[in-house]
Amino acid sequence: MLGSARPGAAGLTPDASPPPPLKAESRDLSFHYGNGFKALNAITMPVHEHRVTALIGPSGCGKSTFLRCFNRMHDLYPGNRYEGAIVLHPDNTNLLADDVDPIEVRMRVSMVFQKPNPFPKSIYENVAYGLRVRGVTNKNHLDDKVEESLRGAALWDEVKQRLNEVGSNLSGGQQQRLCIARALATDPEILLFDEPTSALDPIATASIEELISELKKRVTILIVTHNMQQAARVSDYTAYMYLGELIEFDRTDTIFFKPGRKETEDYITGRFG
Amino acid sequence: MSYVAQTPEQIRGLIAKAKRRDVLFVALGVIALGIGFATFLALFLDMLLDGWGRLRPEFFTQFPSRRAAQAGILSAWVGTFLVMIVTAAVAVPLGVSAGIYLEEYAPKNWVTDVIEINITNLAGVPSIVYGLLALGLFVYAFGLGQSVQTAGLTLALLILPVVIVATREAIRAIPAMIREGAYAVGATRWQTVKDHIIPYSMPGILTGVIIGMSRAIGETAPIITIGALTFIAFLPPAPVGAEFPFLSFEWLKAPFTVMPIQMFNWTSRPDPAFHANAAAAGTILVFMTLAMNGLAIWLRYRLRKNIKW
Ligand SMILES: Nc1ncnc2c1ncn2[C@@H]1O[C@H](COP(=O)(O)OP(=O)(O)OP(=O)(O)O)[C@@H](O)[C@H]1O
Ligand SMILES: [Mg+2]
Repeated sequence: MLGSARPGAAGLTPDASPPPPLKAESRDLSFHYGNGFKALNAITMPVHEHRVTALIGPSGCGKSTFLRCFNRMHDLYPGNRYEGAIVLHPDNTNLLADDVDPIEVRMRVSMVFQKPNPFPKSIYENVAYGLRVRGVTNKNHLDDKVEESLRGAALWDEVKQRLNEVGSNLSGGQQQRLCIARALATDPEILLFDEPTSALDPIATASIEELISELKKRVTILIVTHNMQQAARVSDYTAYMYLGELIEFDRTDTIFFKPGRKETEDYITGRFG
Repeated sequence: MSYVAQTPEQIRGLIAKAKRRDVLFVALGVIALGIGFATFLALFLDMLLDGWGRLRPEFFTQFPSRRAAQAGILSAWVGTFLVMIVTAAVAVPLGVSAGIYLEEYAPKNWVTDVIEINITNLAGVPSIVYGLLALGLFVYAFGLGQSVQTAGLTLALLILPVVIVATREAIRAIPAMIREGAYAVGATRWQTVKDHIIPYSMPGILTGVIIGMSRAIGETAPIITIGALTFIAFLPPAPVGAEFPFLSFEWLKAPFTVMPIQMFNWTSRPDPAFHANAAAAGTILVFMTLAMNGLAIWLRYRLRKNIKW
């Protein structure tokens, strides 16, 4: 089932052969919250390089939990426990290993949240922050990188005149693109999106979706979404999760047109629950 | 049939009834507020009128004197000012660090819980108890003397719980989202604290500090306990001098008096002319407190303007 491209699917990106190299792999990943609740159960799933992988499934099935394992966000709260591994290629590092510093992981795997969360600092400082924590102080380097990231997030033209204004003065969609720029500035290898458009209107949503399709040339993307059309539009691979289990993973066109499991089909066609 | 009002008349009746209660509550609120405010105003005006005749420039530049008409509050306000500097210099770093530690670093276990409960309780300990503690610890055990530094340390202890609680509350008001945003780009805990937690909680911390200070400025009991003088006709040595090294900390060791003690001293004299002095000093003390609170409001407004999520 994993990665098998079915012939006859509609002509969506990418080409059916051969499958792109792996960027990361989750191997038998289980996760326990501090209260003892087991939110993920033995998830094994590949993440292909320079592709968009969508995580879908009903509310509470563990999509956010799974996503937040990739940058060890769960380490911020006491009592949370991982089992299994998330291996990052090409260096074969297990992100979840005890001797791997979560800060190092977050330097390689960046994240954009459900609600835009710019810092109450200037637009410039928001984007530059990831570089500052890495010790970059050279003004020219910072300027270049800020511009490059804002361009990458399709926000440069709208804010270039007011880089010193507070980021929270921007519109919701602009704030979310600012957060994307902030995540891009540090050249992450993987970018995680947790329902990045759920707080945005359709126009802002469209611009973020367009941006995601553009960004995959540079980074590998994992995105949680509740919107089936969005998953179909932006992703190359889709994982369907249910109650902490990975039910099915395949190319997006396969998942949407010829799912292997009845549960997947029911969910996608809206016959779920 | 139905328990819910159905006809338009019934619905209007319900709304009218609810609105009458609304009006009633507003009226009660206004009365309560009025009582509090009128009491303060009456007391304050009475004091102001009593002391009015003494409120002139010399009052601030003269030392206390045996003759009421020549007595001033120079040593008292300078003493209050210096003691407040020591209090702030000690209470702010200690209280803010403790608050940050408890909120951001301390493991969430029963030890932390016990500390937390105790800090909250400390805020309710009568101030004279702090005075006794300071007398034993600072004056006798550490040999700091009956000095500005002892008074400053004592009042710092007194307001420490207020500063800690204000710091923690200000930190808790920062959304988890913002904190996660900082960690998500690879910030360490210290970087998150330094670049985000402290700046964003600063308005709340400052408010807490100033409220604590305006409590401390009027404290009399602990200061008397540690042995402040009630009659003092000289100033502590100046902190800045003309000769190298220009800075001097001798003032820390100087004997002192403060505004409320000066007032207390004057009110206990039989001569009514001294009572006018006490009223004038009281008026100034109230203005000092109001000014501090005004500063707190202004700072909070200024700093909050750019902090929103
Ligand atoms: N901090 C936590 N402590 C304990 N249980 C949690 C915690 N956060 C989430 N859970 C539980 O873990 C399960 C998965 O939650 P998660 O947030 O990953 O779901 P989700 O698929 O992202 O849902 P949604 O689509 O609504 O965002 C849920 O049953 C939830 O109740
Ligand atoms: Mg979620």
